[in-house]
Amino acid sequence: MAKRDLLSIDDLTRAEAELILETAESFLPVLQRDIKKVPTLRGRTIINMFYESSTRTLTSFELAAKRLSADTMNVRAAGSAVDKGESLKDTILTLSAYQPDIIVMRHPQIGACLLASRFTQASVINAGDGKFQHPSQCLLDLFTMRQALGRELDGKKVWIVGDILHSRVARSDIAGFQLLGMDVTVAGPPSLIPRDVESLGVSVEYSLDRLAEADVVYLLRMQMERMQEGANFIPSLREYSTLYGMTLERLRPGQKVMHPGPINRGVEISPEVADHPDTLILEQVEAGLAVRMAILYRTIAGYDERSADERGVA
Amino acid sequence: MTVRTWSRGGPGADVLVRGARVVDPLAGLDQTLDVLVRKGRIAAVGNDLAAPARVRVVEGEGRLLLPGFVDLHTHLRTPGREDEEDLTTASAAAAAGGYVAMFGMANTDPVVDSAAVLEGLARRAGAEATVPTGFFASLSRDLAGRQLTEMYELAQAGVVGFSDDGKPVGSAQLLRRALQYAKVTDRFVAVHAQDDSLMGGGVMHEGAVSAKLGLGGIPAIAESADVARALEVARYEQGRLHLCHLSTALALEHLERARALDLPVSAEACPHHLTLTDEVVTSLDSNLKMNPPLRAESDRRAIVSALRSGLVDCVATDHAPHAQQEKEVPFEAAPFGTTGLETAFAVLYGELVLKKELSLAVLVTRMSQTPARLAGLPVPTLVSGEPADFCLADGAARWTVEAAALHSKSTNSAWLGQTLQGRVTLTVAAGRIVFDDRA
Ligand SMILES: [Zn+2]
Ligand SMILES: [Zn+2]
Repeated sequence: MAKRDLLSIDDLTRAEAELILETAESFLPVLQRDIKKVPTLRGRTIINMFYESSTRTLTSFELAAKRLSADTMNVRAAGSAVDKGESLKDTILTLSAYQPDIIVMRHPQIGACLLASRFTQASVINAGDGKFQHPSQCLLDLFTMRQALGRELDGKKVWIVGDILHSRVARSDIAGFQLLGMDVTVAGPPSLIPRDVESLGVSVEYSLDRLAEADVVYLLRMQMERMQEGANFIPSLREYSTLYGMTLERLRPGQKVMHPGPINRGVEISPEVADHPDTLILEQVEAGLAVRMAILYRTIAGYDERSADERGVA
Repeated sequence: MTVRTWSRGGPGADVLVRGARVVDPLAGLDQTLDVLVRKGRIAAVGNDLAAPARVRVVEGEGRLLLPGFVDLHTHLRTPGREDEEDLTTASAAAAAGGYVAMFGMANTDPVVDSAAVLEGLARRAGAEATVPTGFFASLSRDLAGRQLTEMYELAQAGVVGFSDDGKPVGSAQLLRRALQYAKVTDRFVAVHAQDDSLMGGGVMHEGAVSAKLGLGGIPAIAESADVARALEVARYEQGRLHLCHLSTALALEHLERARALDLPVSAEACPHHLTLTDEVVTSLDSNLKMNPPLRAESDRRAIVSALRSGLVDCVATDHAPHAQQEKEVPFEAAPFGTTGLETAFAVLYGELVLKKELSLAVLVTRMSQTPARLAGLPVPTLVSGEPADFCLADGAARWTVEAAALHSKSTNSAWLGQTLQGRVTLTVAAGRIVFDDRA
């Protein structure tokens, strides 16, 4: 079987991305059943290798694998050989000796998943590498938007608001949203917007004055480490939320609000917006499971030669 | 988010100034005219205007009627050192100097680094200041050069800009962040350019005079190297930068290049750097100790020519009052700074205009209309319908700067004991008579 990595959203064509989203849709009924399991990946081995803690993404991938009846194994950096100084290469070589089909990997450094892929026959799925990419997040965001706005995302306007500079979610989302024809604006303090980001085909705003034009407001988490004394990305969290916090006053009726989680209530999102019916944060979590099932399925089975019947969902 | 000034208010003036030479470059005026003010607004500008009832008539023959001056750089010493200056005495000094608005730097105690401090100060200005007074906020909290202030909130509260003046900006990173953030606040960042590592404990300009006197020198590059750094950052970020009190020809070379690149940069020069040189420091009078220091004659000439051409946009006083006991010490031990509000016009009129180094029209532009525009205030102009913001000056009057006659609470004037030519006799600020030498 040929490897089928998913390292970056740029690995996908528009047709491939749409196929994943449609496959995810076909998994939705499975998740409503009493027995939420299909035998599709029975006998397959999936290793989740997390060098960074992430309850949300890890549980989502793990559960997705279980729903597809795969055997899963979680390897965390803390308390493992990794902790004892084993190199990434040696860890990958060791784990590959178990002949896994897929390694799902989260790592704090950019390009770690690409490097890992060179040393294993398993397909590598990037579950977040540093500030670079988080393709499964992007796909679940697209899935959520298609559920909420309809399948046709072409021409829809999305504003990604917050710390763009340090965000792998933003980098994946910009590319993925554009792949499906969306019009992307990034907004935030100039210090947290990458220089020359316009070259990615996005518009840049330093205020939320024109936010009403957005069909979707995609908020990013303000990470507390940006607030270290002397870093000066922003003067204070209070001022950040004055300028860029999503509040009911800023929410246009019908506008959808998304956030990759975990949220800081009262910083980038007011409690009222967090609990508002137009906020899709829980829908995103739900979508994560179906989308990751689709990603795992695509990685092992491919689509070309199999029918929905064989996926076990017919 | 508009720039704000605060003052005590009061009834608008009703005045007719008759037959003065009105010099207003913006309005294209340099001719003898009458100017009528009703309820604080200019009601008419023309010839042979009749004096309505209950309007005070001021004879302007032989006098200059000029748009009022705006000072982008004063040290009001309030809060914290009210023994050196308070808002009442600063206003009185400003009014006597022909100023109709001024902006205080943030290096007070406490530092103006939060909206709370600013609001307290604004309340005091609203009760005590006769001349409309606005404020800078500091760039960094407590002027420590580390952490940005809440610039957006401060801009909303009405500050004119951000500056750690008194000190250079703590790091290029802090300046970069501030200029980035200035895009959100729509305010400028004013920089006291000084490379601390080149200061070497100096107390005067490094050159022939310091060589002779043995006083520690502050080299010109202490200013120009930091100007170059600031301009590099401003160029990269395209942020609005204002260079305070430029004193060296070397710094001007960098500014010239920035202008050629069309950067959003402005600059100011001080009356003392425009008229005095390090030669006078041989007197060892501590009132001649300021930072940046009085420079060489070649620097002075370069600054004057830059002010003439507009490379330097405006005059600012860097009015820096100091308690008498702090200045009455040997030169090396004295604090830096001279007062300037009351003497600026006379010094520049007498030393530059009368000596034909600068035209009166250019001086008026640089003291009034350009700084007002840079601050974001309505530009003073002698046009019917505009608020009355002007001063009347006697260009022939010669007067000696005497400590007892100064309005400022401090007397550390670089011109103390000197005789100057040109004197403000009446100032109308925001429509109110704030200075009247006959009153
Ligand atoms: Zn200064
Ligand atoms: Zn100063």
